[in-house]
Amino acid sequence: MIIDLDKFIEEENIFWEELEKVLRISDAEPGHKMSLEELKRFHYLYERTSAGLARISTFSAKQELREYLESLVARAFANIHENRRSKTKFSPFKWFFHTFPTTFRKYIKAFTIALLIISAGAIFGGGAVYFDTDAKQVIMPFEGLKKSPTERVKKEESSKGTHLENRKSSFASHLMANNIRVSIFVLALGMTFGVGTVLVLFINGIYLGAVMADYIMAGQTKFLAGWLLPHGSIEIPAIIIAGQAGLLLGSALIGWETPVPLGDRLRKIGGDLTTLIFGVAVLLVWAGIIESFFSQYHEPVISYSFKIVFGFFQLTLLVLLLSISGRGKQQI
Amino acid sequence: MNKTNKLTIRTPEGITFSLFPASPVIRLLAYSIDFLIIITLNMFVSKIISILSIFSQDLAQAFSILIFFAISIAYTILIEWIWNGQTVGKKIMKIRVVDKNGLNLRFSQIVIRNLLRFIDAFPAFYLLGGISSLISSKSQRLGDIAANTVVIWNRNVKEPNFEKLFSGKYNSLREYPHLIARLRQKVSPEEADIALRAIMRRDGLNPSSRVEIFNVISQHFKKITEFDEETLEGISDEQYVRNIADVLYNT
Repeated sequence: MIIDLDKFIEEENIFWEELEKVLRISDAEPGHKMSLEELKRFHYLYERTSAGLARISTFSAKQELREYLESLVARAFANIHENRRSKTKFSPFKWFFHTFPTTFRKYIKAFTIALLIISAGAIFGGGAVYFDTDAKQVIMPFEGLKKSPTERVKKEESSKGTHLENRKSSFASHLMANNIRVSIFVLALGMTFGVGTVLVLFINGIYLGAVMADYIMAGQTKFLAGWLLPHGSIEIPAIIIAGQAGLLLGSALIGWETPVPLGDRLRKIGGDLTTLIFGVAVLLVWAGIIESFFSQYHEPVISYSFKIVFGFFQLTLLVLLLSISGRGKQQI
Repeated sequence: MNKTNKLTIRTPEGITFSLFPASPVIRLLAYSIDFLIIITLNMFVSKIISILSIFSQDLAQAFSILIFFAISIAYTILIEWIWNGQTVGKKIMKIRVVDKNGLNLRFSQIVIRNLLRFIDAFPAFYLLGGISSLISSKSQRLGDIAANTVVIWNRNVKEPNFEKLFSGKYNSLREYPHLIARLRQKVSPEEADIALRAIMRRDGLNPSSRVEIFNVISQHFKKITEFDEETLEGISDEQYVRNIADVLYNT
């Protein structure tokens, strides 16, 4: 209990004003760096104001004074208890070749489940087209895919890559933006306890399986491999990694057999989700470039064998990146 | 978090303070401002990029698609990171994103809460996010729940000048220090606040409402502590409430 409130205010007001001034500077210039002496003073002012708030809290009147001190303490608290990492220089190279694959491996179980889901969808889609040719009209996501594969191959081979003349760059940009948008959506659907992520992965698997079955049944396996592998070897794993992130979010929400509270579970995976989705974005930018500038060229412009080898080469590099890169080094 | 929609933070020093979650409507207004900025920014950048079409129409279109996508995603992420949880819209509406524990935001929190707008906006017009904000005790949309963040009023309360409000007037209640002590003991901070706010807003009230309001408040305080009739003689309800606030706030 404060006996003489007026005297208390008179004595402390100067410190509150000083703290307010520091906070004003901090708000106006978020990047403002304090010297050690300034930091010590700031900490002292925060502790003194906090102590004042504790004393005033026991006093029934002066509601507005308490609100004023609470606002000062709340603003100072966020600055004093800095929870951002110290500003070490960010290295994109280290991040991509160390942090990203390390994070991926940490949640390999979620990736495996995502892979199984998309594979189940592919088997379902492929089976549907194989056993019921009419299913193709219902399943295929684009009008172009509903046509005969043989006709499409004939048309694209005769065009000699001119069908994308003067629109390759915009096509690549469109692919990148669209695929990244889909990946973010797959991640975000983790908020449905992972159900939405599972559904989107399964549906995409159906499309993939149906297209593959359709081309294989039409005897266009080599065209299919040459068309899909160069970009698909990166794009499909990227979507599965987005699914991995979505499932991770979903499992954190569910929190099986763990006494950790929801907030802490989500806090724990926050950084890893960010790493995974940024990694996915990088992969999809590359896949977009390849799809637009390479995948769309067919024989006789580029031989299918070369495209298939290129696709497998990329897939090998991706597998190496995700399975080996960053092993045995200290985490950044 | 208590029932008055207030987020109470207890610091390691043992001090408690409150944060007040911003209402979904205010947040929607803030986002509308940001959305307009994003559109304007995109139009401006598109105009500049259109110069590229002199060299290549394809390249200009490609840049246009990518930059529109990048701005619509990166704007809120970058600005919230640079301005510690605020964007232009949030600054105007005086709100801020903070960590659920009252701390500054980490980069991953900003990224997650903004990327999850995709699900909050589902199926249209932020329906899912809006429903989540209305149901959540901390007015959190799904992105906020996943990122452990809360959007709060960015209160910048000025120290009130009580002396100015009551100065220079004789207060007959001060003749009875023992009754004043009893009054201070019995009156809650909320009751004292009602008296103070009534005085501060008296000029904004029409005469009949003013008489009615001060009558209700004075009757309430008269029940709490009874001063003798001689002391209260000739004092209007408004003056009585003013005297009560004076002895409560000015020690």
